[in-house]
Amino acid sequence: MKTLLELRQVSKHYGQETAALSDVSFNVKEGEFVSIIGPSGAGKSTLLRCINRIVDASGGEIFFNDENVLKLDKAQLKRVRRTIGMIFQHYNLVNRLSVIENVLHGRLGYKSTLAGMLGLYSEEEKQQAVKMLNILGLQEHTYRRADQLSGGQKQRVGIARALVQKPKMLLCDEPIASLDPNAAKTIMDYLKTISATMGITVLVNLHQVDVALRYSDRIIGVNKGKVVYDGSPKEMSSSMIHKIYGSEAGELIFDHGGQNAG
Amino acid sequence: MRGDIFARKKMNAFVFLGVLILVTLVAIVMTEYNVAKGFTSIPKAVHWGFSNFYPNGESFRKLPDIMMKLKETVLVSIAATSAGAVFALVFAIFGAHTTRFNAVLGGISRGIATVFRNIDVAAWALILLFSFGQNVMTGYFALFFGSFGYLTRAFIETIDEVSGGSVEALRATGAGYFHIVFQSVIPSSIPQMISWILFMIETNIRQATLVGILTGTGIGFAFNLYYKSMNYHTASLVVVAIVIAILFIEYISNYVRRAIL
Ligand SMILES: Nc1ncnc2c1ncn2[C@@H]1O[C@H](COP(=O)(O)OP(=O)(O)OP(=O)(O)O)[C@@H](O)[C@H]1O
Ligand SMILES: [Mg+2]
Repeated sequence: MKTLLELRQVSKHYGQETAALSDVSFNVKEGEFVSIIGPSGAGKSTLLRCINRIVDASGGEIFFNDENVLKLDKAQLKRVRRTIGMIFQHYNLVNRLSVIENVLHGRLGYKSTLAGMLGLYSEEEKQQAVKMLNILGLQEHTYRRADQLSGGQKQRVGIARALVQKPKMLLCDEPIASLDPNAAKTIMDYLKTISATMGITVLVNLHQVDVALRYSDRIIGVNKGKVVYDGSPKEMSSSMIHKIYGSEAGELIFDHGGQNAG
Repeated sequence: MRGDIFARKKMNAFVFLGVLILVTLVAIVMTEYNVAKGFTSIPKAVHWGFSNFYPNGESFRKLPDIMMKLKETVLVSIAATSAGAVFALVFAIFGAHTTRFNAVLGGISRGIATVFRNIDVAAWALILLFSFGQNVMTGYFALFFGSFGYLTRAFIETIDEVSGGSVEALRATGAGYFHIVFQSVIPSSIPQMISWILFMIETNIRQATLVGILTGTGIGFAFNLYYKSMNYHTASLVVVAIVIAILFIEYISNYVRRAIL
């Protein structure tokens, strides 16, 4: 399989002192499902945001689909961004707009300034949005206001918005951190299905080690801005979890969800 | 360390209270204000009010005239507020953290708004009297400038408070600046902005009365006229009319607020 994403010695400093990322390097292949785990403040969110340049990396190189992301000008960056969907912990929908309008926002990267401003979408785009809502089981909520939905439903709207972009890759920043276990499972199942059936690469930040181990083709462990583990979930050991999370926290995690780690 | 914060906060509160008392005392001494006399004159004022300051049958004959002036004042207030709101929206988009082009433009935009906000409407009226004279335009522009400054500040806070997450989401889809402003920022902040505009209209009707006294227009002028000619009954009718108008506007704006939120 072709390499879709490649990070070479990416670093990010906030201000003078805080080094959120230092020398982060890894590859992601097309269609892969990769989880990034690590303690709070390890730099997971920063890492995802550097890839689509919501945050500008301080150093290193990022290649996506053979393009050097950090070298792109404004117009090129928009073109790359629209092929990368993003999903957020707090869904980040426009609460006062309807579900379908929120989904259609995924098309804005393809629209002219005027058409996008006024929200003029083509018939085909609307049908695409409806189709995505059907896939995600939201058809009866199409015209409801986004703030009337439950957390799990909002997150599915977020996924639909990302999918109408026709993305090559999804970046998911703790997509299930605000959801109860059932809704969380639904979301993870959708992400897995999407990855498998549409061939979309998924890069997901997770706090739940057991979920990461169950769903991922590969795990990247981050601690203090450095990659400390990059391998398959099968080879993940309890000592490795301790290393990623620091020993005390590792103990706790291992008690709960570590069985799969063997 | 943590205890320090609370100790320091307590300390700050005491210092603030002390300074406040000191300033009050100094002010009383400097203006030779007699505290006791100040309080004892309140009953006298109330007594005067009840014996002179009420509408009588005679004063109601002036009602059509008063209503006309009142209408003028209300319309000028609404016009000035709406115009101020349009400019405030543009400046707020430039000045808000989430939507500014860059820090420099943002700073300039905030700076202009701050200047306009910190000059009181009455001061604006006095300044503008030089250019427009005693004219409706003077009042209009005074209210316009005041509303512009105030609303810019309110809108900036609304934008930053309301639209953080969805702006990031749209940026990530490859949406452009105008897409983000029109598809996320404005839809998210519109109810709060309308609420601010309604509040500003209420405030401006009150302010307009005062400005009218200065500029010799509208309901403020009517009040001043009757008051100075010692026609206290009619002057009090003017006050009643203003209060009723404000209550009415408040009722309407509460209704609108409920409808949009
Ligand atoms: N905008 C910012 N300004 C300054 N420092 C920041 C900023 N964003 C993140 N940081 C710092 O960078 C480091 C990494 O933060 P990041 O949000 O990427 O961590 P994370 O792994 O996503 O944590 P969590 O699991 O809690 O979401 C932290 O030390 C954080 O304080
Ligand atoms: Mg995070």
